[in-house]
This record gives sequence, C-alpha cells and structure tokens, in this order.
Amino acid sequence: MKANVESRRLPDGALVLAFSGRWHTGQPTPSSSDVQAMLTGSDVQRLQFDGRRLDGWDSSLVVLVSAVVDHCASLGVDVDLDGLPDGARRLLSLSRAVPRKADADVAQDQPSLLARLGERGLLAGQTVRDTLDFTGELALSVMRLIRGQARFRSVDVLETIQECGWQALPIVSLISALVGLILAFMGVVQLRQFGAQIYVADLVGIGMAREMGAVMTGVIMAGRTGAAFAANLGTMQVNEEIDALQTLGVSPVDYLVLPRMTALVLMMPLLCVYSVFVGILGGMVVGVGAFDISAIQYLTQTRGSLTVTHIGIGVFKSVIFGLIVAMCGCMQGMRCGRSAAAVGNATTSAVVIAIVYIVVADGLFAVLTNVLGI
Amino acid sequence: MRPADLKQPHITVSNLTMGYGDFILMRDLDFTVFRGDVFAIMGGSGCGKSTLMRILMGLKAPHTGQVQYGDIDFWMLGEAERERMMRHFGILYQSGALWSSMTLAENVGLPLDLHTDLDRDEIVQIVRFKLSLVGLGGFEDFYPSEISGGMRKRAGLARAIALDPEVLFFDEPSAGLDPVSAKKIDDLIIEINQSLGATVIIVTHELPSIFTIANNAVFLDTTTRTIGGNGDPKQMLETSDNPDVIRFLTRGEATGNSNAKDVTP
Repeated sequence: MKANVESRRLPDGALVLAFSGRWHTGQPTPSSSDVQAMLTGSDVQRLQFDGRRLDGWDSSLVVLVSAVVDHCASLGVDVDLDGLPDGARRLLSLSRAVPRKADADVAQDQPSLLARLGERGLLAGQTVRDTLDFTGELALSVMRLIRGQARFRSVDVLETIQECGWQALPIVSLISALVGLILAFMGVVQLRQFGAQIYVADLVGIGMAREMGAVMTGVIMAGRTGAAFAANLGTMQVNEEIDALQTLGVSPVDYLVLPRMTALVLMMPLLCVYSVFVGILGGMVVGVGAFDISAIQYLTQTRGSLTVTHIGIGVFKSVIFGLIVAMCGCMQGMRCGRSAAAVGNATTSAVVIAIVYIVVADGLFAVLTNVLGI
Repeated sequence: MRPADLKQPHITVSNLTMGYGDFILMRDLDFTVFRGDVFAIMGGSGCGKSTLMRILMGLKAPHTGQVQYGDIDFWMLGEAERERMMRHFGILYQSGALWSSMTLAENVGLPLDLHTDLDRDEIVQIVRFKLSLVGLGGFEDFYPSEISGGMRKRAGLARAIALDPEVLFFDEPSAGLDPVSAKKIDDLIIEINQSLGATVIIVTHELPSIFTIANNAVFLDTTTRTIGGNGDPKQMLETSDNPDVIRFLTRGEATGNSNAKDVTP
C-alpha cells in the first residue's frame, strides 16, 4: 500500500498525524512540506502521531518526523511521540542525543583577496626558506662526506646507481633516438632547399651534444628517478622511519639524501653522453635512409662539427640537472607530510619543480655560453 | 616494587608548554617519572600525547619549560650532546618504523653498527639474541614487508632494545593489534622493564594495558589543556575527583567518584 499521512483533530484540540502504508526510501512518500502545511494556519497546541496502520517503515519516516518535530519546536507546538513505532522513536532520540555543533552551519568566511594574496606571499617565503634550509643541510652533509664523516650505507649508493644507471638505459635510448630522428627530419627538410642536406649531421650532432642530450635525460630522470626519490622518502616519513633514524643520532640527510644524490650526479653525465650517441645514430638513420647521405659521409661530417667544448657543455649541464632532480626529489620527500595523500603530492611536486628548474637552468646556460662565446 | 622513598627521579618535567606555532596544545605540565617506572601518558585522541613524547625523546622542542634527565636540562643542551643522550633511548614507533629496505637483522644491527665498535660476528650474535627475546628467532633475513603487523611491532621492539637503553618509549604499542598480540607486547614490555631495568614511557589509550603494566601515569585533559591527573592509574581511578579522568578510565561508563568502584577492572 502506498505511503500516506492523514491528519485528524481530537476533541481536545490535538492534531493527530496518522501514517499508513509502506514507507521506504526511494518510493514516493509524502514530503515534509505537505505535512508542515497541515500544521500551519490551524491553532494546534499539541501534535500526536499514529503509526498503527504502517505496513513497514525505514529512515524516510524518521527523517520526515524529525523535520516535523523541528517545525513544531519553532511554532511552539507540543509533540507527543508515543504513537510512533518503538524503533522509530529510538532512532529519533538517538539522532538528537548529541546536539548539533552550533557554529558548523555558518559558512566559513571567505578571506578577502588581500588576505589570500598575503597568505600566498607568506607561503612562497616559507618555500624559499625551506629550500635554503635544505640546501644548507645538504652542503653541510657534503662537507662531512668530503671529510669522510658522513654515515651512509655504500650499498644504498650502489643500488641507486643501478636504479638510475643501466635500468634507465631503455627509456633514455628510446627518447634520444626519437629526438635525434625528429631533429634530423626537421633540419633536412629545410636544408635540402639549399642543397645543404649534409649539414643535418652538424645540426643533430651539436643539437644533441649541447642541448637535447642533457635536457632530455634531465626530464626523463625527473619523471623516473626524482619521482621515485620523493615517493620513497615520503613513505619513509609517513612510516616514521626518518624519525627512527634521527633518534638514533643519524642525520637523515647523510643517510638518505647523500647516497641518492651521489649516485644520480655520477650517472647523469654517463647517461647524457649515451643519449648524445644514440641521438646521432637516430639522425643518421634519417639522413642515410631517406636522404641519400652515406653513413661514412654522415659520421665524418658529425666528427668534424662536434668539438670537446660542445660535449663538455652538455656534460656539465647534465651534472647540474642531476643535482636539480636529486635535490627536488629528496627535498619533497623529506618535507612530506604524514599522510598517504602527502606522498602523492610530494611526488607530483618533485617532478614538476625539477622540470621547471631544468628548463630555467638551461635558459641561464644559453645566456651564459653566449656571453662567454663558447 | 621498590618502596617509594628509594625511587629516584629519572625524568622531571616542569612548567612545560607545548604546541604548534601559535596553537597551544597543553600548558603548565609538571610531573616526575621515576627510575624503573612504567609510565603511561594517557588522554583522548588529539590531546598531545604523542607530541609530549616527541618532546621527551628529543624530536620536537617545547615552547617553554624544562625536561630534565637526572640533573641535565635536556633541551638546553647543544644539539650534538642531545644526540649523544638520545642514544640511550630506545623507541618503538606506532607503525614499527622498521627501515623497509633492510632485513630484520640489519634493522636491529644498525644501531649497534653505528654506535659501538663491535665487530661483525659480535653484532650478528647480539642481533640474534635480541630477535629471539621478542620471539623472532630465525626471522633475521626477512624484510619488514614479509611479516605480520604484530611481528613488525616486536621487531621494532628488538631494535629499540638493541643498545640496552635507559629509557624506552612506546607509541601506542598495541594499537591495531589483535588482543592476543597486544597482550604479547604488554608482557614483553613488563619483561624488558624488569630485566633491563629501563624506565618505560608509554603513550596509549588501551585501558587493559594501562591497568596491567603502568605503575605511574599522567592524564592530559583536553578541556583544561593541562594535567588532569597524575599517579598510579589504579589509585587514580579510586581517588581522582576529576570527572574526565574517571570517564576515561571507565570508558565513559562512570562519571563520578561514587560509581568508580563498580567498574574497577
């Protein structure tokens, strides 16, 4: 039977709400505004309920009664709950056992634009201070390393070398070969207009050695290893493993950051040189395969154009990029909060910040090498 | 237990105020932990129990006030000296905090490796002994991810007692464990307290643990933001006139002194 509610007046002036039928959530039931409408206008002093004709009920009935009781309270009408089913009465009193938190309803004041701007400014200042703090700690730690006082497990260095060394080769090979290929295609199409397609070897060689080798390995390592550092150290922070080191009197920077940074800074130049080599091969595939340059010609041209300076600049940059990736990854991990969500955030920021810094640093290098004329 | 007058103060906390930034968690904390005590820090969730413990073990500085170990003002020491003192602490973290990239033997052996001049063989022997003390003999080469939560806690305990500490800190040792494992940890704590003679500081809100193992305690009251009660928890239950303490110690079943005796465990 359909859920229904009817009102009737008793001789003493009380209003009785008689519920009938099946009251189930999801099925049509009378709305509380319908019921409230029965109350307003009439000079009711007391409200009673009658649940004898109910076939079944769930929370939908209690929610409606609760709304009616609230409404009655605001009208100053007495409510007598005795006619309700026992379970419904108990649910209702349970829901009212703890009074609602009074100030929770008030919408949080949106701070003014100026306040938000100020907060952002303070936050930015804090970030700069944190970064300086971490750089300082790291510098002290490197000093201890030089003096031979830093304590870490050499097996950690070796493991990280393996992780960010040869295990990174497949992805570095793929990306570098493709970048070499793309450079060659772009270059050769333009150069052919002047019949100078042989210079594509110079373009690819110098482009890879000075720029793309270092930048691409930097970006790959930021996404691969920097993220892993942040996630790894962040998880250790959440598990209190870093606290455990600290209380043991071990500097977490020595023990955790130093091995990772050393390994990455050692591996980056190697990866960079490897990437340059693969990139040149990629360019050669295009030159030889599609544009009638012989392999010997291509390689001789490349050898003629590449100087130690070009390669040196690339290698130097890769060391700096390695430092940037390791620092961003480790700093975000070490400064991570103590929840699982914080680890995710730390990992994301590690990658984003590292890539931004790599590009910015690369821009600075471009200006610097231009000024120095190398 | 030794008579009270023979007890020497081990840790004295006076006028301690703690918090984060401008937010004050607790103020005017004064209490004494005696040598050999099993001292419980009790209180509802978020009252600052763990923060107080982090201050006692040197991971977080108090806003104001003193923490004295014997006659030494812990937080007035230089960082290097404080770190030296911290080597005499053993800590069991809530999660166990075992280093996940190391085996159990390496976890327990690291403190020995760092702070003693023992050679490999001696360290291996000590590690085996400590692991067998907590019932994990034979698990030396397991990684933390390969054992159960209760075993991780016990391995953490083995690491905490690696250097025979003077003070042992336990952060919610039985949280998240089944009753049998929890009881096992409690038994181990008593056993180690009595055999090593270490002072034990334990943060917990497990009532069975509090009543069976603690002989001294402090209750941090969130409403007044200071100490709500201090002393033997069993006596506190009978004599305290602070309704918050009674409510806590009876799981909220009793609200005043008159009912307290009915629910003594």
